Amino acid sequence: MKPLQDIIVIDFSQFLSGPSAGLRLADMGAQVIKIERTGVGDICRQLYVSNVMIAGESTIFHAINRNKQSYAADLKNAADLEKIKEIIAQADVLMHNFRPGVMERLGLDYETVKAINPQLVYAEVSGYGNEGPWKDLPGQDLLLQAVSGLTWLSSNRSDNPTPMGVAVVDILAGTHMAQGILAALFQRTITNEGSLVQVSMLESILDFQFEVLTCFYNDGRELPVRSEINNGHAYLSAPYGIYKTADGYLALAMGNITQLATLLGCEPLQQFTNTAEWFVKRDEIKTILANHLTGGATDAWLAVLEPADIWCAKVYDYDMLVEENGYQALNMEIKVKTSNGLSITTTRCPIRIDGEIYTSDIGAPLLGEHNIIIEEQFGLKKHPVSNAV
Amino acid sequence: MSRLPLQGLLVLEFSQYLSGPSAGLRLADLGARVIKVERPQTGDAGRRLSIKDLWTDDSSLLFHTINRNKESYAADLKNPEDLALVKKLIEKADVLTHNFRPGIMEKIGLGYPEVKKLNDRIIYGAVSGYGKEGPWKNRPGQDLLLQSMSGLAYTTGNAKDNPMPFGLAIADNLCGSQLVQGILSALIRRQKTGTGALVEVSLLESLLDFQFELLTTYHSSKKLPKRSNVNNGHPLLNAPYGIYATTNGYLAIAMVDLKQLAKAIDCNELMAYDQKEAFSLRDEIKLVLAKHLAMQPAAFWLEKLHAADLWAMEVLDWDQLTKHEAYTTLQMEQTITTSKGAKITTTRCPIRINGERLFAAKPAPQLGEHTEAINKELIGKEQRIG
Repeated sequence: MKPLQDIIVIDFSQFLSGPSAGLRLADMGAQVIKIERTGVGDICRQLYVSNVMIAGESTIFHAINRNKQSYAADLKNAADLEKIKEIIAQADVLMHNFRPGVMERLGLDYETVKAINPQLVYAEVSGYGNEGPWKDLPGQDLLLQAVSGLTWLSSNRSDNPTPMGVAVVDILAGTHMAQGILAALFQRTITNEGSLVQVSMLESILDFQFEVLTCFYNDGRELPVRSEINNGHAYLSAPYGIYKTADGYLALAMGNITQLATLLGCEPLQQFTNTAEWFVKRDEIKTILANHLTGGATDAWLAVLEPADIWCAKVYDYDMLVEENGYQALNMEIKVKTSNGLSITTTRCPIRIDGEIYTSDIGAPLLGEHNIIIEEQFGLKKHPVSNAV
Repeated sequence: MSRLPLQGLLVLEFSQYLSGPSAGLRLADLGARVIKVERPQTGDAGRRLSIKDLWTDDSSLLFHTINRNKESYAADLKNPEDLALVKKLIEKADVLTHNFRPGIMEKIGLGYPEVKKLNDRIIYGAVSGYGKEGPWKNRPGQDLLLQSMSGLAYTTGNAKDNPMPFGLAIADNLCGSQLVQGILSALIRRQKTGTGALVEVSLLESLLDFQFELLTTYHSSKKLPKRSNVNNGHPLLNAPYGIYATTNGYLAIAMVDLKQLAKAIDCNELMAYDQKEAFSLRDEIKLVLAKHLAMQPAAFWLEKLHAADLWAMEVLDWDQLTKHEAYTTLQMEQTITTSKGAKITTTRCPIRINGERLFAAKPAPQLGEHTEAINKELIGKEQRIG
């Protein structure tokens, strides 16, 4: 039995943060129903554009929304809204990422919904929280990276502030949302009561920086300084970073500089015997190291470093990675199929339970694909809305 | 806060450094009682790992950051008497986490099958670098190495840069998050079935999951994602997505229609591009934009962009951010007094429950600080043997 079997999640959220939480809940066994606007659907179906499309929709939509159902409804239509309320009355979790005020206008805010279903776990994700001067601004990943100070941590000192090239804020906010939902569901098994769970992208991306922010708060508020070359982490000593070799790239994490000097046959590094210099003089050390490492092939360097237990690795791109046995042994890829026959290769849930890998071959839903079966499941057919009102 | 969601749960944390302990921190902030089981004299290796040489009491500030709101129980797992006491703790626990390399817990006699015999309701969370099978299983599970091996280093920076790591421990952090999700899901099931679970996560699988959009796109296109030549923000996204220099500071611009953008910032040269070219000509478009934006201050542009409802923000550093009302409104900071009286300011849990922020005053423990109390309370033992 999957851990979240029998849990029903009603998901109003769009794009990535909320839906990525929904995906994880679905992977763990929950029934996740996307409530999508009739005719349009999750904006991610069209708007989140890459140059690769699957059946006219972005590959990204298919990756995020596999293993879910779609119920199309117009929330401004009274009859549709009544149906939605009936579904909510029987659900365990509701999720949304509307801007502050939208759910209130629809009459689906927590206080109202709690009256319909006191056991419901109601989870919302916002950009910047529900108060303060930024509360109505769009909660978009790059913009959150920009305002949170995060862009001063990656890349080298003289480069522009550099964003992380994956939607890290969305994903982290999604994991925090899932954590809050799961904790509240656990509590419900004891108290029999639901909860309101709130996360914001801003709080999530600050949490991600908790180690370095704590440093900033306590060291007289000194800003981070990225190393001039081969920066891996603004707060770490040489050699931490990625280096070019004769035929590729080599990553070196924390390591003893004089030991590296010996192993790599890099005489000029031998002088750095004082460990404090490994931070203070990291640019100088990294420059020497970078020049030296271009003189040999990655595998040749690894052959001397690995037996000495130095923390090092070859840098892979996806083409190289998928050829590796270490990758293939994970069985990380799954094939999912949409109801119109489209087959997509994507990644599976990264959590194993009782030694089992959780896979599902259910692809992303077509817009409104499950309206009929959901109306049956929730008894909406037997009680026509006109009679219920 | 009247009741925290995980109140009443007992977590034993054998984990060290960041991935496992970050999960323990989240469980603690959500209400669980988290006891670190640490080796006498040395403890969690994270106690000795500092950044900027910052120390509080006897451990690094970093350790205090990751391990606040926890207790510490010192035990030598190679000593049979200590091990027997630890097994008594395991009998009382709801959750156990560890991030030893594959095989170590089994050697100690605390592999999942043995632990399950002691307590079949326990949720046993194991973190590894690369999974417990395959040729990489004994490699060091270190964050930068995982970023490098998982393809992630090709997402950040510009096309001509070296592969560029994220400047934070993303693999550790995400893996900790997955561990929390797995543990909580298993606890929910336990309430129904009465049985525990083995929850396994790895840094590598967590980082691949993180890249699921890029990997799915890669599998369909068979083409490697490409960072843009200039102002890269995300390898899959069109111009203008990225960060741009102005006369005083930087501006981030996300997904925006090119014509609307050109109009808002009054850039004729940009008008020449069709939205359909926003991906194929993104380098050229970004160069045009970069040149134009370099002529005025960030605030000048931001006003125009926001007036047109376009997705843009100023780039801030922590100095600017922490003085901003949008930040102070969050009340993200909390000050904690350590058991020796030092004060540390750190962040709080990012999740709010029933409208309340979750603050926690309990500091990180001294090594073995709670051993005696725990022996007395949970094991019913007044004094340690020998």
